[in-house]
Amino acid sequence: MSDEYEHKLEAKSDYAGDASSVSTPDIDAVPDAELPDQELYHSHSWWTTYVFSQDAKYIGIQYALTAIGTGLLGLVLSWLMRIQLAWPGLGWLEPSSYYQFVTMHGMIMVVYLLTALFLGGFGNLLIPLMCGARDMAFPYVNMLSYWAFVVAVVVLLASFFVPGGPTGAGWTLYPPQAITAGTPGYNGGIILMLISLILFVAGFTMGGLNYIITVLQLRARGMTLMRLPLTIWGIFTATVLAMFAFPALLVGCLMMTLDSLLGTSFFMPAMVSLGETLTHEGGSPILFQHLFWFFGHPEVYIVALPAFGIVSDLLSVHSRKTIFGYRMMVWAIVGIGALSFFVWAHHMYVSGMNPWFGFFFATTTLIIAVPTAIKVYNWILTLWRGNIVLSLPMLFSLGFIVTFLNGGLTGLFLGNVTVDVPLSDTYFVVAHFHMVMGIAPILVVFGAIYHWYPLVTGRMMNETLGKIHFWITFIGSYAIYFPMHYQGFVGVPRRYYEIYDSPYIDVSTLLLNKFITIAVLIVGAAQLLFLYNLFASARLGKKAEKNPWKANSLEWQTPQMPPEHGNWGKEPPKVYRWPYDFSVPGAKEDYIPQNQPPSEIIGAKVEKT
Amino acid sequence: MIVALSIFLITIGSVAFHFWSPWWWTEVASNWGNMDDTILLTFWITGAVFIAICFFVAYCVWKYSYKKDRRAEYKPEDKKLESRLTWATAIGVAALLAPGLVVWNQYVTVPKDAYKVEVFAYQWGWKYRLPGEDNILGKTDIKYINDENPFGLILEDPNGKDDLLVDAQELHVLKDRPVKFELRTIDVLHNFYVPQFRGKMDMVPGIVTYYWLTPTRVGDFEVLCAEYCGTGHYAMRGRVIVDEEKEYKKWEAKQITFEKMLAKNRKNDNLQLVKKDK
Repeated sequence: MSDEYEHKLEAKSDYAGDASSVSTPDIDAVPDAELPDQELYHSHSWWTTYVFSQDAKYIGIQYALTAIGTGLLGLVLSWLMRIQLAWPGLGWLEPSSYYQFVTMHGMIMVVYLLTALFLGGFGNLLIPLMCGARDMAFPYVNMLSYWAFVVAVVVLLASFFVPGGPTGAGWTLYPPQAITAGTPGYNGGIILMLISLILFVAGFTMGGLNYIITVLQLRARGMTLMRLPLTIWGIFTATVLAMFAFPALLVGCLMMTLDSLLGTSFFMPAMVSLGETLTHEGGSPILFQHLFWFFGHPEVYIVALPAFGIVSDLLSVHSRKTIFGYRMMVWAIVGIGALSFFVWAHHMYVSGMNPWFGFFFATTTLIIAVPTAIKVYNWILTLWRGNIVLSLPMLFSLGFIVTFLNGGLTGLFLGNVTVDVPLSDTYFVVAHFHMVMGIAPILVVFGAIYHWYPLVTGRMMNETLGKIHFWITFIGSYAIYFPMHYQGFVGVPRRYYEIYDSPYIDVSTLLLNKFITIAVLIVGAAQLLFLYNLFASARLGKKAEKNPWKANSLEWQTPQMPPEHGNWGKEPPKVYRWPYDFSVPGAKEDYIPQNQPPSEIIGAKVEKT
Repeated sequence: MIVALSIFLITIGSVAFHFWSPWWWTEVASNWGNMDDTILLTFWITGAVFIAICFFVAYCVWKYSYKKDRRAEYKPEDKKLESRLTWATAIGVAALLAPGLVVWNQYVTVPKDAYKVEVFAYQWGWKYRLPGEDNILGKTDIKYINDENPFGLILEDPNGKDDLLVDAQELHVLKDRPVKFELRTIDVLHNFYVPQFRGKMDMVPGIVTYYWLTPTRVGDFEVLCAEYCGTGHYAMRGRVIVDEEKEYKKWEAKQITFEKMLAKNRKNDNLQLVKKDK
């Protein structure tokens, strides 16, 4: 529209014109490879192929299935506690079990499902393929990373079977309550939780170094950083964040373990516990909160950035349109990532830290809204004048936009320190974070699974089942969390086993609890439909053609689909452009894959990328 | 079509729910009505953005749904549009932030004429302590807490002698007088929360936190613990009653000073000793 744009177009057509007049293979030139082709480990036995696999694609699937399996437990736990909240008269759960389920549900969903699925699952599957590499930089370490994750999950689940049961300290594990009597699982469960987290961090570090080094070092010839799909930018930035954030969690866990087992006082002040004075002295509970949220806030973006990246690609492919403002999108991802380390204490406005910090953290928090808003604008401007295919991935992406928009805007309430005072620790917070980092990323996960399923299995998932799954999940979860904000306005506090009929709480608020629970049960049950589709389609699904969505990125351009070990056959691909050349004027097809040389698309008025 | 319509209806439904659902905040009973105003301002700004973006998405889905013979527009960037949107967002965000920070400044600045009340939290209940005639709360240390000295007052501190000890779940406060709650816990984290007062602050063992407010209407309000504190968290309720001066004085007169309580305990001890001698 702008003059600048017209000007650019002119320059572009000059470039294209030159090319057509000369038409030598020169225009296909890409710089020489800086590294020799990767040598891979080839498995010899069933064990090394299917169990201790070193193929990133396979490890990705292992990660994804383990994470989804653990997530199912988290889902069932949410059913159990919602039933308790809706019908407190049944005496369905003990208070202690209620708190244990709340804790395990939260930790499982945030760490063991979402983090593991986005980075371990999609990261492993997509990084080598989208970068044009044969595998991760360190396949053996990659395998270790997965198995450390498995051990972490086993230790976590073992805590259900120790005396006292799993910890019921809330997923934030705040001391002193996490390790003092009065909280369920204060001596057995909490220790296993801490050990499990330590193992997770160790395993994740092995994987994370792999993702970072692979993206930086093993990209195909011609694949510059500014030609990477946004999926990779999202996963890459999230991994960098994780490398900085997880150490804070790690030391927090170690220090709390010492406090609990050896009687140190990192987080433990002099205090009384159920009538007895403890021997601890001089520690600071708020120190733990700083460490936890220094990890915990970037953690939100560790989940969100891969979702941002993936949804950008899904929107672009399925609306047959260039992602709008690619460079702005990249800088927004990087900017959000950097800023996310300066906002952690907005979780602590009323924690008892020096209240003057509120000014600083409210300001940084609202600043982060700007790059986030830019991302939303660019998604919807990608739809504008697109050619929108309402495929399953597109449906879930649209669901994501609505959900994320809602959850993002309520973040402006909570981030603004004054507004946070009445709303913090109420159901408003619960509704906000489920909307923004529960439902929104999960919708992207579903979209991504429907999108990349043919790449993994060579078959398509069932569209009808998928649509039923979409509508129930999208409308259902909106029906769960939208009204829940208003419970927060009433002032219903979170982490209450039972609200009783408090004088300020209307009967209708209790009725709303029943409505929400029924929606939870329905939405949860709809996920069984998805699981059936997931497993049955591997056998029964329609055979997928090669590159079924007509996408440009490299993962669809492998010689075989699904790609074989080593991905690229004899020669790794050469990259000539970014992955968003859709509907280029003058081109024959409405897409130009990244590895299609310019000499094959002469006449297409493509912008230089 | 169905998709566009659904997004449209979800937007309309959300707005309708906002205005016509019965769930809204309780009538405010303190000076923090301006927190409600900040929330309302946030609602207007974010609500407008929500509606605009949802409608835009619905329109796009309806207008640009797939047609085989049509091509999408090829337009990777539009610097002018992008920078306009960025600035508009920045201004909107600043409009939200500025009033928020002003109110926060009031929240953390305690007026000089506020009188003090110590809120004392334990697993799982509340006690209160008033400074007495000297208007100074005596120093405490948890190692002195025992049956005779449930608040752990330091005996050597003369300021503590006239402190009024309220060993009950119920507190009275004065209408229209700013009160500073000094928040103390002897065990784990808690949070002193009265929904109608809007204020909130965690209580942390080892330090004394605070917030202040001016009650604005007479009434009987429920106190809840708003920071998870163990199995009994949900049952940690208390009451705050806002009184006019006259009723407040009546209640205050019934409370016992630390000095008197010690004397009473000693008398009890002596009685017990006498009993034992027999």
